[in-house]
Amino acid sequence: MANANCPECEGVIELADGSFVAGEIIDCPDCGVELEITSVQPLTLELAPEEEEDWGE
Amino acid sequence: MRVGMLMSRVRVEEKLLIEGFARAGQEVDLIDDRELVLDISDPSRLNGYDVIIERCINHSRAVTILELLEAWGVPAVNNFTVANICGSKFSTTKALIANGVPSPRTLLAFTPESALEAIETLGYPAVLKPAVGSWGRLLARVNDRDAAEAILEHKSVLGSYQHSIFYIQEYIDKPMRDIRSFVVGGENICAIYRTSPHWITNTARGGQASNCPIIPEIEALSLAAARAVGGGMVAIDLLEKPNGELVVNEVNYTMEFRNSIDTTGVDIPSKMIDYVLRVGRGAQ
Repeated sequence: MANANCPECEGVIELADGSFVAGEIIDCPDCGVELEITSVQPLTLELAPEEEEDWGE
Repeated sequence: MRVGMLMSRVRVEEKLLIEGFARAGQEVDLIDDRELVLDISDPSRLNGYDVIIERCINHSRAVTILELLEAWGVPAVNNFTVANICGSKFSTTKALIANGVPSPRTLLAFTPESALEAIETLGYPAVLKPAVGSWGRLLARVNDRDAAEAILEHKSVLGSYQHSIFYIQEYIDKPMRDIRSFVVGGENICAIYRTSPHWITNTARGGQASNCPIIPEIEALSLAAARAVGGGMVAIDLLEKPNGELVVNEVNYTMEFRNSIDTTGVDIPSKMIDYVLRVGRGAQ
């Protein structure tokens, strides 16, 4: 298991090894903020970028 | 075969596609547009790929990179033409009309005064949309003159120059839902209803997905809309008019499908991957 602290609420986030990739978006289970996995080993998390005007499908 | 996935972040959709490529025994390079540096005179960074699937979250980046890929002869799904049309509501409407595909009546104007005139030509309520936008963002249903004057002023004062291209559409009195229809490589693979008490039904804004049977009218209209914008893999939003007639509201070229797989029972990512690999092997 890999774990890291949520940069927003410092809650501990645990992820099973091999179940995630860099660039992946997850929600903090404690505070619900959107996070981006910025590295896999070690697991590091950052707040996901805010939505921009030309985002979409 | 060398496959690249152009992306900005790994969302549920990208993860499903990555897993799907792995199941198909196909490696895929993730190309993060935030790290990409491209020498316009040197294609070597990307021209080694047999096909690139485009999954950018920013329309501006997608359409710019796809234009370069086209110049370098690198096949992409979707390609520059599809992205360039679908990314602009104006270009989409123009392409639909040019191909005889029914869509809501739409007027263009370029000043608040002429836009007000256009709104009153269509009658209230009318719908204002930004030329570029998604997820139901910055849509306005204008119910009366006071609201029209206020919104038009705000758009022209607060927005970038693009917000002074007023794209004004008749309001379709649809039955609390719209239809999202998926076309991949010329096949209408599935469709969902998106139901919401709000007039904006995007699932990104709470619309609930349920399966929509593909009746002949939906298939014919979906395939015609896909052809009109250049084909590829697109998600088409259809509206049901009170008289039962269907019209195409818009066409999306980097389609989201997380809510549509279980709902329809169709393995959408596998259909997409099959098509991408066909393009990689030289299919159009």
